[in-house]
Amino acid sequence: MQKVYSDAESALKGLADGASIAVGGFGLSGNPENLITAVSKLGTKNLTVVSNNCGTTELGLGVLLKAKQIKKMISSYVGENKEFERQFLAGELEVELCPQGTLAERLRAGGAGIGGFFTPTGYGTQIAEGKETRIIDGKGYVLEKPLVTDFAFVKAWKGDAWGNLVFRKTARNFNPVAAMAGKITIAEVEELVPVGALDPDQVHLPSVYVHRIFQGKNYQKWIEQRTVREKK
Amino acid sequence: MLTREQIAARVARELKDGFYVNLGIGLPTLVANYIPDGVEVVLQSENGLLGIGPFPFAGDEDPDLINAGKQTVTEIKGSSYFSSADSFAMIRGGKIDLSVLGALQISHKKGEPRGDLANWMVPGKMVKGMGGAMDLVAGTKRVIIAMEHVAKGEAKIVKECTLPLTGKGVVDTIVTDLAYMDVTPEGIVVRELAPGVTKHELVAQTKAPLLFAPDLQTMAV
Repeated sequence: MQKVYSDAESALKGLADGASIAVGGFGLSGNPENLITAVSKLGTKNLTVVSNNCGTTELGLGVLLKAKQIKKMISSYVGENKEFERQFLAGELEVELCPQGTLAERLRAGGAGIGGFFTPTGYGTQIAEGKETRIIDGKGYVLEKPLVTDFAFVKAWKGDAWGNLVFRKTARNFNPVAAMAGKITIAEVEELVPVGALDPDQVHLPSVYVHRIFQGKNYQKWIEQRTVREKK
Repeated sequence: MLTREQIAARVARELKDGFYVNLGIGLPTLVANYIPDGVEVVLQSENGLLGIGPFPFAGDEDPDLINAGKQTVTEIKGSSYFSSADSFAMIRGGKIDLSVLGALQISHKKGEPRGDLANWMVPGKMVKGMGGAMDLVAGTKRVIIAMEHVAKGEAKIVKECTLPLTGKGVVDTIVTDLAYMDVTPEGIVVRELAPGVTKHELVAQTKAPLLFAPDLQTMAV
């Protein structure tokens, strides 16, 4: 089994214009920074990106947006990115807004072979328009479809050479479900360890979901809202 | 009229020992500062944490530990981390006892047990997205709206929401700077008025019919 790559550039082999990519992260936390930077350098265009947010105006996925590499975004919240708003209002960017829990479940469903699911989220709102709805045991539900993407980019704290992943704190967020949804899932990790070095009971994402893995470098780990309290 | 802090403090009195609670961004977040003594609650952050602690001391910020508002936070003893799918399973699945959110508009249709909520979009204006709000109101056991009663002179409690809905039939209770109100099938029932606020003033600032509880109280602040 050979899943280990030397860097982001080599791990991206086969990524072409028009590809769809599920990207892990919540805000700027748990972002696959190396892969985003490498796609920015490659200049791949017309991408459909599935990610909870779209970075900020200058950071994370915002870099790809600013360079007009993204054709369509599927997200739940894009409030921290001015350029996003501008491109959307100018009609330069396709946007599918999807409730956060529905987005997570659509990615999970895509990876789990589920053809769709009925969720109460958004029933009776414009999110349900054009979708099948059903009353089940007296409660209204909306049919939501799974998401499967050509690639998935995820970031983990540690990973082994087979692709078993361990996340750290809230940097886990969308990463496991993004990994499940990808036909080719690329994981970048802060620390790549040999097979056998991770306690199997402590693995958060089993290696079967990861096709390529590399140890990232120069992590910036930006903080969007630095909030602190005074020492008394 | 109540300050934002006093609104948060009134909402906090609804917290019961053992509750799992999700607090929205902005005013609802302030509720965490007024959890009553002897009441143990676990705060959920929809990006994947049960057990939000206070902000870190300067120098201890961790980019891998943020809340849903992307603010640096800490974990309390007994915390757990999980994926976004697990996070919304507990939200949708009715495992979270209480959700506190803000609102742009609230309305109620007679006969319905709960009120409608709009808080995610103003057409033609901002493009931000609903984040987790639609899931939270669809699944949490009880939804309390904490907000200022009017915004820029416009009533927010209206006969029918004109803005796109976040959820239909999802609001249980409304706490504003003027009053504490419960949504019931009969209508929106005012249970407490803020100190110094009259029934007349409240009605004048509300664009929906209000009922006054027989045992209407002045809110303790």
